[in-house]
Amino acid sequence: MPCSSHTRNPFTAIETPAVGVTVENLSKSFGDHVVLHDVSFSVEPGEIFVLMGPSGTGKSVLLKHIVGLEAPSSGRVLVNGHDALAKETREQVRMAMVFQSGALFNSLTVYDNLALYPREHRVSNEAGIREKVMHALQILSLEDTAQKFPSELSGGMKKRVAIARALVMEPQLMLYDEPTSELDPVMSATISEIIASLKDEYHVTTLVVSHDRDLALNIADRVGIMMDGRLIFLGTPAELREPKDAQVAGFLYPKIDLKHPRFKKLET
Amino acid sequence: MKQLNSILEGFGSTLQLLVRTFSYIGSLPRQRARFIEQCYLIGYTTLPIVAILSFFIGAVLALQAGYSMQNFGAKQFIGSLVGLSMARELGPVMVAILLAGRVGSAITAELASMKVYQEVDALETMNIPPARMLVLPRLAAVLVMVPVLAIIADLVGWFGGAIVAKYTSFISIEPEAYFSVLRRYMKFQDVMNGLIKAETFGFGVVLVCCNIGLNTRGGPREIGAAVTRAVVVSLILILVLDYFVTKILL
Repeated sequence: MPCSSHTRNPFTAIETPAVGVTVENLSKSFGDHVVLHDVSFSVEPGEIFVLMGPSGTGKSVLLKHIVGLEAPSSGRVLVNGHDALAKETREQVRMAMVFQSGALFNSLTVYDNLALYPREHRVSNEAGIREKVMHALQILSLEDTAQKFPSELSGGMKKRVAIARALVMEPQLMLYDEPTSELDPVMSATISEIIASLKDEYHVTTLVVSHDRDLALNIADRVGIMMDGRLIFLGTPAELREPKDAQVAGFLYPKIDLKHPRFKKLET
Repeated sequence: MKQLNSILEGFGSTLQLLVRTFSYIGSLPRQRARFIEQCYLIGYTTLPIVAILSFFIGAVLALQAGYSMQNFGAKQFIGSLVGLSMARELGPVMVAILLAGRVGSAITAELASMKVYQEVDALETMNIPPARMLVLPRLAAVLVMVPVLAIIADLVGWFGGAIVAKYTSFISIEPEAYFSVLRRYMKFQDVMNGLIKAETFGFGVVLVCCNIGLNTRGGPREIGAAVTRAVVVSLILILVLDYFVTKILL
């Protein structure tokens, strides 16, 4: 995907090219189990793309393909036009991923978690790193947590620290894996607002994997829905509000039917 | 067949990890803090248990040797027996076994937890190679600290033998006589051979434990299983390497 727009670096206001993602006929199997089946879509530079679907449909596996943590069984994933698996792609394109669990380094303080990337890549001296880290913490209202360890944080704080850590990388592409899972409705809304405002302010290309219907309908530019490893819907939130496909409607607006519960149907 | 495949896979992935880690050797100077932390964990915190065990191994060696040799009138050679046994065999093997049980298990548990809880994945997405940040400082630290531990094990073991030789009624050899015989029959090469063995075992143990930790998948149960596997594989590795390295050095 060639670059067509530019993102403003959140910390230095330097113009950096936004990147797009193209997934072409991606299939992935683990042994006999097919997780992804011929999935194709693209994410335009600077847009928020939300990928939804029931648990176990391969959304997180797809995300791992984009950051190069998994290799496709067939098909390919291109980031900014380059193979996502290539080492050069990871060196050229700054990708950051916010994991479902946060994946914070438990042995490091919040400050050191955020400072790890700039230190390892020698982005600047310690004073410069401090400035970047404190700026990222400030953006997410986390200044007071700098010297705390991840184990001392609540679930919502961990998610925000994970986002702050991703932000310090000055990413061109942000990937979120279930950013609102296990959070209360207010914190979920807060995280959705953070994701949207980061995109608005810094024009970072954003790909979110989520079950959260409100997040998808309110902040996405486009939404994809996966079922059984296949992409069954690709459209805008407006199209999603009145889905024509029964499967999509059933997933997005499930009815709680106490007379004919689903688990009974599953048993039979 | 499946087990053979798994052994070969483990061997191959360990070698790959070694090559990958070696390719980052240039980054070691700027990982000073991690290197020093690992030296502390591998060396300093293992020192007390190495000292206690070496003392009693030296003491038991002297006791058994004294008991057996008194019948042949050869008990004056206890010093050389304890000295050579500690330096050439027991010192290095004991240090390596302690390293596997104490340090190796901790390394596997830490890296396996990092892998299972996606911290290793997070490092990779940050383009920070886990081999550079997690493995290299540990391998460098073990290379520096193991010879120190082995020398201390030798010295404390010799001292333990000397104490028993003096205060056991059926042995009663003065420390001067004990150390005089020890010096007479021991060569510098004996100590060096022991250090080479300790270095080989320690390096192998840490490499294997890192590899098993980094290849763990699953949850808490798999972390426990990985630690057990790491210790068992390390112990087997120590004894197999012991035979081959001894054969080469003889």
